[in-house]
Amino acid sequence: MRALERKLIRDLWYMRGMAIAIAVVIMCGVATFVMSRSTLDALTNTLRQFYSENHFAEVFSSAKRVPESVAGRIQALPDVDVVETRVVAAASLDIEGFDEPVTGKLISLPDEGDPRLNQLYIVNGRKVAPYSDDEVVVSDAFAEAHNFKPGDRIAAVVNGRRKQLTIVGMARSPEYLYQGSPDSIIPDFRRFGIVWMDRTPLASAFNMEGAFNDVSLTIVPGGSIHDVIDEVDHILEPYGGPGAYERKDQVSHFYISEEIRSLGTMATMFPVIFLAVAAFLLNVVVNRLVQTQREQIAVLKAFGYSNVQVGLHYLLLILAIVLIGVAGGLVLGIRFGQGLAGIYAEFYRFPYLEYSLPATVVLSALGVSIAAAFAGAISAVRRAASLPPAEAMRPEPPPRYRQSLVERMGLQRYLSQPTRMIIRHLGRHPIKAGFAVLGISFACGLLLMGRFFTSASDYLLDIQFNLTQRDDLTVTFVEPTSRRGLYSLESLPDVEFGEPFRAVSVKLRNENVTYRTSVQGIKPDGDLFQLLNTKLNVVEVPPEGLLLPPFLGKRLRVAPGDTLDVQVMEGRRPEYRVPVAGFIEQYIGVGTYMDIDALNRILKEGPTISGAYLAADNTVLDTVYSELKEMPRVAGVSSRLRAIQDFYDNMGANMLVFAFFYTLFAGAIAFAIVYNSARISLSERARELASLRILGFTQGEVAYILLGELALLTLIAIPIGFGIGWGLCLMVAESVQSDIIRYPFVLTRDTYAFAATIVIVSAILTGLIVRRRLFRLDLISVLKTRE
Amino acid sequence: MNNPEPTQAVTRSKEDVVFEARGLTKVYDMGEVQVHALRGIDLDLFRTELVVMLGPSGSGKSTLLNILGGLDTATEGTVSYLGRDLTRATQRELTEFRRYHVGFVFQFYNLIPSLTARENVAIVTEIARDPMPPEEALDLVGLSDRLDHFPSQLSGGQQQRIAIARAIAKRPAVLLCDEPTGALDSETGVVVLEAIERVNRELGTTTAVITHNITIGDMADRIIRMADGKVSEIEINNNKRPPSDLHW
Ligand SMILES: Nc1ncnc2c1ncn2[C@@H]1O[C@H](COP(=O)(O)OP(=O)(O)O)[C@@H](O)[C@H]1O
Ligand SMILES: [Mg+2]
Repeated sequence: MRALERKLIRDLWYMRGMAIAIAVVIMCGVATFVMSRSTLDALTNTLRQFYSENHFAEVFSSAKRVPESVAGRIQALPDVDVVETRVVAAASLDIEGFDEPVTGKLISLPDEGDPRLNQLYIVNGRKVAPYSDDEVVVSDAFAEAHNFKPGDRIAAVVNGRRKQLTIVGMARSPEYLYQGSPDSIIPDFRRFGIVWMDRTPLASAFNMEGAFNDVSLTIVPGGSIHDVIDEVDHILEPYGGPGAYERKDQVSHFYISEEIRSLGTMATMFPVIFLAVAAFLLNVVVNRLVQTQREQIAVLKAFGYSNVQVGLHYLLLILAIVLIGVAGGLVLGIRFGQGLAGIYAEFYRFPYLEYSLPATVVLSALGVSIAAAFAGAISAVRRAASLPPAEAMRPEPPPRYRQSLVERMGLQRYLSQPTRMIIRHLGRHPIKAGFAVLGISFACGLLLMGRFFTSASDYLLDIQFNLTQRDDLTVTFVEPTSRRGLYSLESLPDVEFGEPFRAVSVKLRNENVTYRTSVQGIKPDGDLFQLLNTKLNVVEVPPEGLLLPPFLGKRLRVAPGDTLDVQVMEGRRPEYRVPVAGFIEQYIGVGTYMDIDALNRILKEGPTISGAYLAADNTVLDTVYSELKEMPRVAGVSSRLRAIQDFYDNMGANMLVFAFFYTLFAGAIAFAIVYNSARISLSERARELASLRILGFTQGEVAYILLGELALLTLIAIPIGFGIGWGLCLMVAESVQSDIIRYPFVLTRDTYAFAATIVIVSAILTGLIVRRRLFRLDLISVLKTRE
Repeated sequence: MNNPEPTQAVTRSKEDVVFEARGLTKVYDMGEVQVHALRGIDLDLFRTELVVMLGPSGSGKSTLLNILGGLDTATEGTVSYLGRDLTRATQRELTEFRRYHVGFVFQFYNLIPSLTARENVAIVTEIARDPMPPEEALDLVGLSDRLDHFPSQLSGGQQQRIAIARAIAKRPAVLLCDEPTGALDSETGVVVLEAIERVNRELGTTTAVITHNITIGDMADRIIRMADGKVSEIEINNNKRPPSDLHW
């Protein structure tokens, strides 16, 4: 081995503390990047794979009752590939030991063989036997919520008739990976279940023999989906179809892809920011590291090593550190990525996971890290190499210190000699100090960013629970009823009072932008359900016009004062023009609101309600449930509070899992950066400090000079880091907004305190380590050799 | 002040000139002040000779040596090495000049702390054209028994001898030593000087030794005195003594 290579290895070993700290920064950046990208990749691949294996349809439509022969006309359409007709019906389910009303969606399967589209993935048990009258497969989330086992029996009340069903299996379907709906995006697995059964018994129970009321189909490759939709609509129009829609408007797919999209935004932004910060820190640290080698560079040059040779030597040194960091980052990133992808697969109920690491992810991580490190190293090497060797080898001239501002203001009386040294040293090296501060600030900013989702979620829940959602139970009727429905609810013994609401599915349109959602008519001065404006004050619902979240306003390009086309997706599907009355704050889902009387007027109906919010005695909710279940008109009862909690546990937690890892990595970066600044300071100033010891300064005083500086830099860095973090969080909050959840831009005091604490703890730990090194400083050798 | 030119003209012929400096000036610009380190130096160094440069601290000795060795550039004037103009040389040419022709010994040794004695020499021989093995160079300075020691495990004198071994191992045409004994006691200093003298004698290396110790002048062929950035006097030493005879 050549002497220069030996030097490389020994130098690396000698500076291992610093090298590891630098490698940790890279490792965290790369790990974040690899973890996020690979997780996201796994989710998209798995989803695609699951869709294709189970033949997820591309166009969906429904109608009241269509003769089976019409299916042939659909099949004959030019671009149509596979067509599947079904019978789909709603039923109320009776589950032993569960008193609350449960809604079931019954979906037909071919009497023989698998469906050609939207196939089931059996998780547990088996498929329904051919021509079986009572065997069913249920959605596995529903089964889990009720702890069903194959062989269990449930009853369905179909058209007023009770039918006993036997569960033979649990399944997942590409159609119902996510079980929310536009009216209630919050899946309630206990009160809503999908039940698949053979077509003949289902059709006979619903008088659908020889007919269907649901059709899905796929398109030939290259076919025009819009043409097909138009033609299907045309064919089904006489049979009362609400209109065909494509996969991207399919509820489950819409929400899953929205979720993955916002996860994707997060999984792109965070690692990019992390990697960028790591790259910046790397640049700064490597630069300083090379500068401490200025004399050795001069010696090599004096003996005839060329700038290129010297440069390569240091680039190799840096490359070694970078490779260690990248390798560590890949290992960690893949491990965490696999774990994380597994967690998300659970959330989304993917039955399996397609995990792979795309080469582009690895290469870009490697490329960015090397580029950043080299950029830092090259400028330092060039600076060191551009000095004539004679100059570089001269003991560095005593720097021209000046009295600091503090001293010029006459405050030096209050400062000890070591304190003055600290201040003068910082004043002498403002750029170096500036970069050290910036490094720590960025680490602090990353910590804030990592904690942002926790902070925002806490706040969001707080607002939802304490300010908006104040009812104990929400009751929905099978179909809109008169106000008397409310009185019958209020007459129940344990119900204190109720407030009515009228909900209707709508399609909103402004020019050519449309959005499907619901309008909820509520009492203007209601107590149980309140709307907040963007300043979080309770909104007086105006007598006319629609209230909607700014998110939707932006989508539809409308502001208060503008007018929207509202198409009611019920009955004759009438269209109205309704003014936008104002914006309201809304974090979960996208819904619009108006005065219930105004809505009734628009719908040209009397005082009609869809359900009611109830205030009830919380201690006897179970009794209330069973009382409600006895009422024939009640379709569902939910505790919105509990539903929101469930939703949050599932969906909100999605973000938090990622955020947890980001916080972990941010913490590691914070420590590595603080430690590195201190270690490099130590190696830059070892001689000076040893001289002071020889002159009679105590260990404590010398430690104070170095660590006091560290403390000062850290304290300056924290508020700057708050500023940086604030900006980063604003960016993140903006970019992860989705139809499902919109995180308010809130950084609580706890979040700031958390970031500051981690930085301070890092500084204290570093201080302890560096102090130990300082105490072991070999005074003689430091003065003897000038290295 | 007497003009040094005539003295040199009689002793040596033109072909023997290794370094030729004319009107060398070096100004350090320190912002508010300018330091005139060299104020017009005219000087020739000849093949195989050993010169000692004497002069008070700050008189410009190191500056001159560094410029001769291609470690630094002059503000004005010219230096040529074997007829080649160093003042106009490119970075690359200077690197090559240092690599193949010059050996340096610095006052503060400037060894690479992470390399052993042998490796400190090897790092130079590995890029040289016809070097001696590092062991041989270390043997020349009497350090055969310290081959695998790191600089931090050696005394100042030993470190300086490694520095000399490092400088001579490539068999340079010129050896430039900046206060090689400055940090050493007299006994160790003599050992170091003996090593230098031996290289000069056995390899015929043109050697310049900076010192502020007048006694050391006795081992030189010529003594060049400097003061205030100028050559104040050049003295031919007809009474050359081996370093072992020197005491201070
Ligand atoms: N890099 C430098 N920057 C500024 N001044 C310098 C530098 N190097 C040398 N000097 C100044 O030039 C003068 C000559 O220095 P030097 O050649 O080192 O003297 P000597 O080696 O004779 O003691 C001194 O005044 C010194 O302070
Ligand atoms: Mg000097």
